[in-house]
Order: sequence, then C-alpha cells, then structure tokens
Amino acid sequence: MIKFFLMVNKQGQTRLSRYYEHVEIKKRTMLEAEVIKNCLSRSKDQCSFIEYKDFKLVYRQYAALFVVAGIDHTENEMAVYELIHNFVEVLDKYFSRVSELDVSFSTSEIHLSISFWCMFQFILSS
Amino acid sequence: MPAPIRLRELIRTIRTARTQAEEREMIQKECAAIRSSFREEDNTYRCRNVAKLLYMHMLGYPAHFGQLECLKLIASQKFTDKRIGYLGAMLLLDERQDVHLLMTNCIKNDLNHSTQYVQGLALCTLGCMGSSEMCRDLAGEVEKLLKTSNSYLRKKAALCAVHVIRKVPELMEMFLPATKNLLNEKNHGVLHTSVVLLTEMCERSPDMLAHFRKLVPQLVRILKNLIMSGYSPEHDVSGISDPFLQVRILRLLRILGRNDDDSSEAMNDILAQVATNTETSKNVGNAILYETVLTIMDIKSESGLRVLAINILGRFLLNNDKNIRYVALTSLLKTVQTDHNAVQRHRSTIVDCLKDLDVSIKRRAMELSFALVNGNNVRGMMKELLYFLDSCEPEFKADCASGIFLAAEKYAPSKRWHIDTIMRVLTTAGSYVRDDAVPNLIQLITNSVEMHAYTVQRLYKAILGDYSQQPLVQVASWCIGEYGDLLVSGQCEEEEPIQVTEDEVLDILESVLISNMSASVTRGYALTAIMKLSTRFTCTVNRIKKVVSIYGSSIDVELQQRAVEYNALFKKYDHMRPALLERMPVMEKVTTNGPTEIVQTNGETEPAVLETKPPPSGLQPPSQANDLLDLLGGSDITPVIPTAPTSKPAGGELLDLLGDLNLTGSPVSAPAPQIAQPPFLLDGLSSQPLFNDISTGIPSITAYNKNGLKIDFTFERSNTNPSVTVITIQASNSTELDMTDFVFQAAVPKTFQLQLLSPSSSVIPAFNSGTITQVIKVLNPQKQQLRMRIKLTYNHKGSAMQDLAEVNNFPPQSWQ
Repeated sequence: MIKFFLMVNKQGQTRLSRYYEHVEIKKRTMLEAEVIKNCLSRSKDQCSFIEYKDFKLVYRQYAALFVVAGIDHTENEMAVYELIHNFVEVLDKYFSRVSELDVSFSTSEIHLSISFWCMFQFILSS
Repeated sequence: MPAPIRLRELIRTIRTARTQAEEREMIQKECAAIRSSFREEDNTYRCRNVAKLLYMHMLGYPAHFGQLECLKLIASQKFTDKRIGYLGAMLLLDERQDVHLLMTNCIKNDLNHSTQYVQGLALCTLGCMGSSEMCRDLAGEVEKLLKTSNSYLRKKAALCAVHVIRKVPELMEMFLPATKNLLNEKNHGVLHTSVVLLTEMCERSPDMLAHFRKLVPQLVRILKNLIMSGYSPEHDVSGISDPFLQVRILRLLRILGRNDDDSSEAMNDILAQVATNTETSKNVGNAILYETVLTIMDIKSESGLRVLAINILGRFLLNNDKNIRYVALTSLLKTVQTDHNAVQRHRSTIVDCLKDLDVSIKRRAMELSFALVNGNNVRGMMKELLYFLDSCEPEFKADCASGIFLAAEKYAPSKRWHIDTIMRVLTTAGSYVRDDAVPNLIQLITNSVEMHAYTVQRLYKAILGDYSQQPLVQVASWCIGEYGDLLVSGQCEEEEPIQVTEDEVLDILESVLISNMSASVTRGYALTAIMKLSTRFTCTVNRIKKVVSIYGSSIDVELQQRAVEYNALFKKYDHMRPALLERMPVMEKVTTNGPTEIVQTNGETEPAVLETKPPPSGLQPPSQANDLLDLLGGSDITPVIPTAPTSKPAGGELLDLLGDLNLTGSPVSAPAPQIAQPPFLLDGLSSQPLFNDISTGIPSITAYNKNGLKIDFTFERSNTNPSVTVITIQASNSTELDMTDFVFQAAVPKTFQLQLLSPSSSVIPAFNSGTITQVIKVLNPQKQQLRMRIKLTYNHKGSAMQDLAEVNNFPPQSWQ
C-alpha cells in the first residue's frame, strides 16, 4: 500500500504532496524534511529503497526533483519504482518536456492525474 | 473588493520570497484575503480561492477554514467547481472532521449523475476518505456502478469497493455477485482493479478465498495472454506488456495458491513460463521476476520450480544494480527458513554484500548472514562478521553483537574459540551489547574450567589498556576477582604467561573503581572482586582492607552497602571470610533466561529478585536452590542453624535465600509436589526402587532408620562420566501418622560435589503406603571414599522433628 507520494526539490521545497493516510500538518513538514534528507544523503550508486521508520521509501531523482513514494512491506518495491518512472513519463508527455516549474504551477492538475493513477493506495490503471 | 489573484500568481509571488519569514507573511496576507472573500459568499471566485488554499495547505500552513467552502463547491453545478471541491475534500477532510458527513448527500447525487466524470470524481472521493457511515449509506450505489458497462466507471467503482470493504467488512457479501463478471473484461484498467478487489476480499475472509479458488484457471489464462500477446502500444512499458497487471495477478495467485495443492499445481506451468521468458535486462522485467519468485516460494510449488526461483535470486545478487541486489537479499531472507541448503550456495556472495557501501544492503546482508550460520561454516562466517562489526555504523552494532553471541552460543566449535569471539566483540563493540550478555559470558567462563587461566589473562590484558567499555570491564573484574590467584601465579597453557604482581592487579581494579567512566554497576563488580581477592592474595590484604573501608562512606548507596558489609566481614567474621569468598562452582547451563540464572551467575543480585518472583514453573529453581544448599554443606557441616550467618560459597546476599530454605524448608520445595516429578531418572512416583541397581551390580544400603523413618539409597554409575554417582533415596514411613514437610538435606566432604534434585513430594504417607523419592548426584573426581552427612526435618504427630546422621556404609562400587 502506498502511504504517500511526494515531489520535493533539492532545496527541500515540496512541489507536490499526496497523503493516503491521515498525517497532521506539522508532522507532514517534518516528515518531508526528513525524507528529503535521507534521499539527499545517498549517492548515485546506492540503491533506491530506504528503510525509514516502519515503511520503505522508494525514490527516484530527476534532475533537481526527487519523486518519493512511501510504501509498506506488502508492496513490491520494484513495481512502485516502475510506477514512479511511468508517472514521470506521462507528465513529460502531458507538459511536453516537463520541468520543475510545470510541476509547481500545475499542482491541481497533477493531483487529479495522480488520482487517476493511484486512487487510494493502489495502482489504478496503467 | 478586487478580484482575488489566480493560483499561478500566488505561486509566483511565493517563489520570490527569499526567507521563510517573508513567505509566511505573504501567505498570511493571502489567507486574510481568502477569508474575507469567503465571508462575502462570492460564488465566482470561490474555486480559485480554494485552489490557492490547497496549495498553501500543501506547503504546510493550516487551512481548515476552507473545509466548508469545499462542500459548497461540491454542491455547485459547475464541473470545475466540483473538481476543485472534491480535490479539496480529499486533501483537507477526513473522518475526524464532523463536516464530512454533510458530503454524503452530495456524493449520493453525484454518483447518479449523468456525466461519467462527475460520477468518477464522486467515486474517487468516496474511495479516498469515506468514513464507515458514509460507506454504509453509499455502498449500494457503488455496487450498482460496479455492474455498469462503462469501463471508466467500473474501475473506479472497484477501488471504491475495496475501500468500503476495508471500512465495513460486513458489506463484503454485497459485492460478491458483482465480481462474477469482472474478470471477463477486456479493459486492462478494469482487470487490474478487479484483481485488487479480489485480493482484498481473499485476504479478509477465508470463505471468499475458497470461493475464488475456482478462478485460478481464468487468471492463469489472462496472464498467459499478457505474456504471449505481441506488442500493444497502450499497455507497453519498456517492452513488456502491462507489467503492473502481471504483478497484481501474480500476487493474487500467491494468495490463492497458499496451502492449496490443486491451485498450486495449476499455476506451476505459468510460473515457470513467466520466470523463463521475462526479459531481465530492464528493471521492469526484474520487477516481474521478483514477484514471481515470491509467489513460487509461498505456494506449494514443486521442487524444480523452487530451484529455479533460487537461481533467479542468485542471478539477482550478482547483478550490478543495487536495487536488484537489495530485492534479492530481502527475498532470500524470507526463503532461508524453508530452503536453507539452496541459499547456502550463495553464501559467499551474501558475505561480500556485507562490504557494500549501501546501508540498506548491509542491513539485509547482515540479517541473512546470521540466518545462514551453521556448524560447518561458523569459523569463516564469524571472521567476516567480526570484521563487519568493526567497520559498521553504530546503528548496526547492537544487532550485530547480539547476533554474533547467539550464533557463537549455538555453533561454537571449541570453548577457547567461543571465549575469544566474545572477547573480540566486547572489545570492539563493548558499549552496544545487550545487558544480559555479561551474565551469559560469566556463566560460560565458569563452565570452561580449563580455560580459566587463559581467560583471566586475556581479560586482564584487555582492560589494562582501556577500561571504558562497561560490559568488558564488568566481566573482567568478575573474572579477576574469581581467578586472581591463577593470574598472579602465572600459569597459563594456551598463551605466554605474563608476570603480574598482586599490586598491579589491585591497581587496575582500583582505577576502575575511581574512574569517572565506570557505571555504578561496574563499580559494584570491582569492589566485590577486590574483596574476593582478599582470600586469594596473600600479601596485600591490608591494602584491600583499606580500600574497602574507604568506600564505606561512599555516596553511592549500593557501593556503601557492599563496603560496609565487607568491612564487617573483616572485623567480626574474619574466620568465615575464606569460606564465604570461595570460588564459584561450575554452574549448570540454564537455557531459559529466568531470574534463577541471574542468581547463579552474579552473586551480586539481591535476594529480592528471587523472593518477589516466586519459584517459577519448572524444576530449575528447586534444584538450583538445593545446589546452593548442598554446596554450603560442602565446606562445613554446621550450616543447619539458620540464624547464624552460615558459610556460603558466594555473596552475602544469598544468606536470606538460604535462610528461607532452611527455616521453612519449602518456599521452594512446596511447589515441587505440584510440579511434575524430578527429571529423567525417576519416571513416576512409586514405592518400588525405580531402577535396577541389581543390573548395575551396586547394592543398595539403608542409610537411616530411626523413629519409623527409613531412608534407602540406591546407586547408579553414569556411563558418560565415571566420576558421577547417581543416588536415589527413598524415604518411607512405618508409623501410623503421615510425615509432612519432609526435607532431606545432605552434605559431603570438600572434595566432592553434590547436586540434589527436587523430591517427588514432601509428605511421606503412613504405614509404608508410599515413599518420597529424590535423586542426588555426586561428583567424585578424586575417587575418594564417599561419606555423607544427612539432615532430615519433618513434621510428625504435630511436632517438628529434626535429625542429623552420618552415612558411612557406602559400598565401594559406588565411588571407585
């Protein structure tokens, strides 16, 4: 089950966040900061799955933007990894060469397309 | 009021902010504007405002005042409004807010809307944050939508149904009829979500599981089509057709095939096919293979398939990509329990992974290595693991140290190796080991009698250099206290003996006492060690006296108590000092981690430990408590008067425990009758002699016969250990009244060791109608003539009786 889905840039600014479980607002910022810290401290040749508290983070870096999905242990990590990549490809096609700015400015549209994809913790359509 | 700015403008303004404070200011201003706009009930710009609010919420600012506005938006007729409204509802609302119930009606209407997009939105929101009341109300609508022919809606309805089932499991049956046709769909989206729905249902209820087992052939067919079908652009991901669906189906197959032979058989072919045909060059292929391997491991697959799966995992391990290696290690960990041998083949690769830079991989490799250690490879593996312990991050050290201890305990090839390994762990990761490692190690050391000199020498050398690691210092001070004389006399066969004087030893112990780094427990150990040395060392007794008296006024209460007691020992009870501080005997290895172990291994524990935890179930406490009792008899025969501080092997704190035993005879032995009988040698209560001493050829003797109480001894020699004699005593009563609270105690001369196991009961029935049996084990390494003094206490005719006797008529075969 996917717990949350984040797009954060290297400076730690959240461009997009989608939580599938209730997390309080203050905790969210803390969570995001910790997550990005974990991802930033990894080098290129380390694996993309980090164990964080009681779930796993699957992250992928695209230029200056990190796309992170938090999953629990029932989910196939590689499948989620692929999902992230697929998602980014779709965004690419939609915005024709998507960049971070596009993500920041079209948050609501992206939210909706995410809901097409992963309605409530499951991958909806491919 | 000017028109509120659009979301993009807001974002642009926020991006220009340079500091957090500036950003906060802008947001506050905008929030104020939004709030006033809401108050004015402005319909046209509401959606824009809410969108801005959502953005600010995402940045982390409170936005709860927008919840009601979301509801208004949902109620409006415009699609754009509805869209933002539902999005806001999904993000801002959840079951905890009371407002969400107001949405129920809106959603209900929208579920029946003519436009599919609106219906889709409603389904989406319901599936995201519907509470159980909402779900109950709207489940009927969802079910209806599940049956429509519109695939767009069907897939959303399926996922919504998943959420409903999660919240309200009773409604599962309602969705059952709708699921019949779900798998017949062509649309992958619907297929996917229906598989999810089926998975959820199967996981929740075993009846459903049984019901859906018949779908296995259909699922297999779908999977086959997916693999076989050629390129289809809409579902293709890097050359593989709809991997997500494949993975989902594999997962459902896993759940269906678990513990069921028929389904597993049906799946065997397709799993083999997937495993061999999938391309592994891309990540996608690997994802599918991973899922396949997990499925093969979980169902009852045939062995050829399992071997195939493990080979795939082996290939993964050799892959350069870290992700794949991580995934392989994780799955190997899951399978190592069942397919141990197959995983052993990859042991060297796994051990290499320990050296990887990646933290996640290291952790997995460490766990897997511990699972793989067995008798054959323990030396090699330990070397690697110790090296790993040296170089790993602190968060691993504790786990690694405990793992090493466990593995060493199970598979140690020799005692020396075991001790060496533990010492190595203590010196490298000393501060991270668990608290019970110290008593365990102490017990281990006392058990390896021949290694005492070697051990104490090594420990001494270890703390000479550095006494900051508490567990190491504790073990070392205990050992030096016990075996200090071996250290000073310089006998050591295994290593070069070092020349150490008594003063040097005392120096090091004193510095431990004084040092700031020592915890108070460590200081306790050191003080007791110094005290014990007063009997082992000959020339430095005065120094020891001085040290002990200094601590009589220490601030630490524990230290003060010890010092005062030891001081008293010097002054008033000096004649008892040697006996009290005698060397600890070899301890019986107790595998359970109960309080008894603590008493045995660490003389410092207070009696409160044993008294508050009343004799736990099992025979260990009685037998060990009786051990102490007998050992006490070993040095001096007068232990029977409970009031005087009697000679004891170790620690003044055991006094009270033994006092209890002496006085009442049974806080410990009373439960014994209710507990099962004494172990292995005696199979049951019976009045006949329980083993055939005639066959062993040793005649039995009557040890005591007075006042109607008769005690017989029967002997048996142990084949494994010729210096052990096993004596079974049988006590019978020929008077007319029962004897209750019967306690048998025995003492032997110093050269022997006695172990008294618990009696079968404490009541001897009258008229010889029953007996009490009890087993005594005597260790007689020097083959001296066996002599024994026994003490009997019992209640008879309402009065307490007590008697002492000496048994000298042991047959020669019993001790030669």
